[in-house]
Amino acid sequence: MSILTYIAGWPLLAALVLILVPGNYRLVIRAVAVLATLVSAVLAVKMFCQYAGAPVDADGYRFVQQIPWVESLGISYHVGVDGLNVGLILMGALVAFAATLCSFEIQTREKEFYILLLVMIGGILGAFASLDMFFFYFLHELALIPTFIMIGVWGRGEKKNYATFQITIYLSVGALIALIGLIALYLGSGAHTFDIPKLIAHAKENPLAVNVQNFIFPLLLFGFGILVSLWPFHSWAPLGYGVAPSPTAMLHAGVLKKFGLYGLIRIALPLLPQAAQRWMNLLALLCLGNILYVGWVAMRQKNLNLLIGNSSVAHMGFIFLGIASLNLIGVTGAVLIMIAHGFLAALTFALSGYIYQQTGTLEIKELGGLCRKLPFIGTALLMAAMAGCGLPGFANFWGEATVFFGAWKAFPIVTVLALWGALVIGGVYMTRAVRNVLHGPLPEKWNSITAVTHLWRKLPYALLLASLLLFGFVPKLLTDKIYPDAEKIVSLATAGMTPEKVVAQAGLTQNSSQPPAIQN
Amino acid sequence: MNASLISLEISVIGLGLVLMLADLFMPAERRKFLGYLVIAALGGLLLASLGGLGNFGLTGTAFHGSFVNDGLSLFFKQFFIVAAILVIFIAMEFSDRLTAISEYYSLIVFALAGMLFAASANDFAMLFVSVELITITFYVLVSFQRGKLVSLEAGVKYLILGALSSAFMVFGIALIWGTTGKLNFTELAAVASQYADSKIFLLGVLLVLVGLGFKIAAFPFQIWVPDVYQGAPTPTTAFLAIGSKAAGFVLLLRVLFTAVPGVTHQWANLLIIISGITILYGNLCALPQRNLKRLLGYSSISHAGYLLLGVAALNASGQAAILYYLAGYLFTVLAGFLVIAVVLRHLDTEDISGLAGLNQRSPLLAATLTISMVSLAGIPPLAGFFGKFLLLKSVIEAAQTTGNHAYYCLVFTALAGVLISLYYYFGVVRAIYWSREPKDLTVIKLSAPAKVTAWICIAGIFWLGLFPNTVLNMANAAVKLLQM
Repeated sequence: MSILTYIAGWPLLAALVLILVPGNYRLVIRAVAVLATLVSAVLAVKMFCQYAGAPVDADGYRFVQQIPWVESLGISYHVGVDGLNVGLILMGALVAFAATLCSFEIQTREKEFYILLLVMIGGILGAFASLDMFFFYFLHELALIPTFIMIGVWGRGEKKNYATFQITIYLSVGALIALIGLIALYLGSGAHTFDIPKLIAHAKENPLAVNVQNFIFPLLLFGFGILVSLWPFHSWAPLGYGVAPSPTAMLHAGVLKKFGLYGLIRIALPLLPQAAQRWMNLLALLCLGNILYVGWVAMRQKNLNLLIGNSSVAHMGFIFLGIASLNLIGVTGAVLIMIAHGFLAALTFALSGYIYQQTGTLEIKELGGLCRKLPFIGTALLMAAMAGCGLPGFANFWGEATVFFGAWKAFPIVTVLALWGALVIGGVYMTRAVRNVLHGPLPEKWNSITAVTHLWRKLPYALLLASLLLFGFVPKLLTDKIYPDAEKIVSLATAGMTPEKVVAQAGLTQNSSQPPAIQN
Repeated sequence: MNASLISLEISVIGLGLVLMLADLFMPAERRKFLGYLVIAALGGLLLASLGGLGNFGLTGTAFHGSFVNDGLSLFFKQFFIVAAILVIFIAMEFSDRLTAISEYYSLIVFALAGMLFAASANDFAMLFVSVELITITFYVLVSFQRGKLVSLEAGVKYLILGALSSAFMVFGIALIWGTTGKLNFTELAAVASQYADSKIFLLGVLLVLVGLGFKIAAFPFQIWVPDVYQGAPTPTTAFLAIGSKAAGFVLLLRVLFTAVPGVTHQWANLLIIISGITILYGNLCALPQRNLKRLLGYSSISHAGYLLLGVAALNASGQAAILYYLAGYLFTVLAGFLVIAVVLRHLDTEDISGLAGLNQRSPLLAATLTISMVSLAGIPPLAGFFGKFLLLKSVIEAAQTTGNHAYYCLVFTALAGVLISLYYYFGVVRAIYWSREPKDLTVIKLSAPAKVTAWICIAGIFWLGLFPNTVLNMANAAVKLLQM
């Protein structure tokens, strides 16, 4: 059995065990959940460390396991990692452990909450490990449904029902559109298999007809795009995260949301290269919507969670930009940001969750001076805000810098605007939030709040911060792994493009030889 | 002529007669336990049929080709027997509310016999007889609670609309016979292409489809469903929802793909439209429902629409998907009706609010109903998800092979339906776990049959969702004989 099966399997097994535990054994329930996620985090670290030495199969994947599931449709349980998902699985498992630790805040119906949380964790980790399109989708859907229930039942605030409704509709629509795209891809490829390596090998010999590609690609782009809050389909995200209990927000914003991006890179780019080349111009424009428009919206937020939610949507823009650049540097950077943002989003939602638990509000104007009462949380929030602005020393810096280097070649104007969005807009809202929440006079009513004292309670925040710093100082740990596989994907995705065209395909430049190829 | 082919049907009818006789000799309070006899007998037949023992696994045709035993009919026969066994379990749970329980059992067994004949019908005469056998028994089954006004009202509605649709069907058969001189599906298929332009022949086929549309509750013949589902005794509703619908589908598959495949291909767009409207109608009407049985009635209309996706796709994968979906639907729907029969027994209205606090009153029933609703909504890892996946796949396949863009519209209509349905299915789940201040928190004592049924249904839903291979292979083999 592959180590990946254990990483995703322990949380699911723990969820089954919890069904049998009576609801009033709170300590046991928590212990089982924490233990299961700890085991899977430790295994993920072990896998990450052993990655370089692990045997590689013919398609370039490691830790592979394959069990036929439905032969007549070519579906098999097939897991494996390469450079693209090894970091994501590590990030997912660490965030999952942190999120489980942060579930202190849940005080009602703990048993149901932990079961749903564990199902969600197992689903996400399994989806990232899957090399079979069916299981890829299946496990994502398994993780998605608990999200809705957790927001609907344990969510906070008056807008809970509306937000649940919105996030359910948006994400279900996105997932279903992507499902149609995946089925159409399976049928259109003619390979009679859902196995991603086999599909890629088959597509090398028999590429899909361009008109078929142009039909399927938008389904995947917008289906996955809705899941990732691509502008203008992003409005579910800030509100959804605003009302979600913090473990759910951590897992969704940090890990589950990366599924769509990963799907685009893993499936859409290599299998639908011609369509990808054509649609990337549009994607580059839309990502500006994420970076500039949503960044702007974030500047105006009066609620800390809505601000973080909007900034997390804005960060997705950089990843889309990296993918749209369709070159090695850009795609590597996109994967780097996916991992870095996972840690960052989880950290910020965990911190805001702690503040909410202590003060009962996240309205920025009611907060202030919290750094004095909560030195640890305050410092962590400050560091998270700085990471969010792309300060060197945090993993995000390397991702964003790499994306901009890559995107500059393809979309110079977009890159200039995006840089502005990253440095100026991001800087403005992050520093404003820090000033208004952490500094200034402390309102008297918050004199009674208590800081985190136990090491155990500090652990999730410290773990996430440490990961951000580790990959910030030694990005080589990730880039060395991502680079060779990003190269494979890019070479497949740019098949048929000449090197000049790779640079000149920026339809947005004035002197480009190619007119903009954006069509409906 | 090979009469041993119908040994399964003869055994079932024999069982029905034994039940009626036993009624004369059994003391009234012991009659409930006749259910175990029925279950044991049907279970034996199921095993014999699955294992291909003796005459039960024979294939071939009998009675001048009007009766056929092939992969498709065997699949459906096993399906109907499983459905009947589970329905009898539910009926035993329900028996204190029915007078003359042994008659009720025997009527279910006779309806089962009709369904078994329907699975093998290869002739319009056989089709009509088997449909009538099913429908007429159901008239009685629906109005079985003679003392309840809603039950009688449901019976009358079912009788009038059922008679009307039978009239349409027999008229259609007459027109087909009048133009072609054939009743046998296989013989008809050989000559049907000559009549492709004959308006009277096409009208005949259309009228037969009207009759079958009534059985499967497709738009615009769905009008009876909500009232009848609500008024009928719960075991009857359960059998109506699964047995009668599946019988309609097996006949539909036979008529469309064996008797008149040429006409079917011309009518692809008609099938697409009916399927799309049925999905939307069922789901939209289910939204405001508060009565659980009525809600499941509308949901059953929408599921008829999903099943029609597989018919409209006009390909082998669509037909196999129908069989798979029905198998999943069997366990899912029966799980739902089991819980209704047990939990809502003291309520006159079967209102959703009656489910409040069910997770404290009986965790097993709460889990059963939740799993059933989640599977109906089509969420992994349950049976409903894989079934819907197969149906959507077949429609997209049809879209790619024929280039007919209407198929893509149909796919998106189905997606809209799935999305709408999330709201009301999760409304039921919410009522179980998260309704405010449940009034009644008495623990529900479950009888042994109810427990067994609940576990069978849960196991079936998970089995079909997690290990689809066996049933999918059976379904693929079963549809091999149908023409495309």
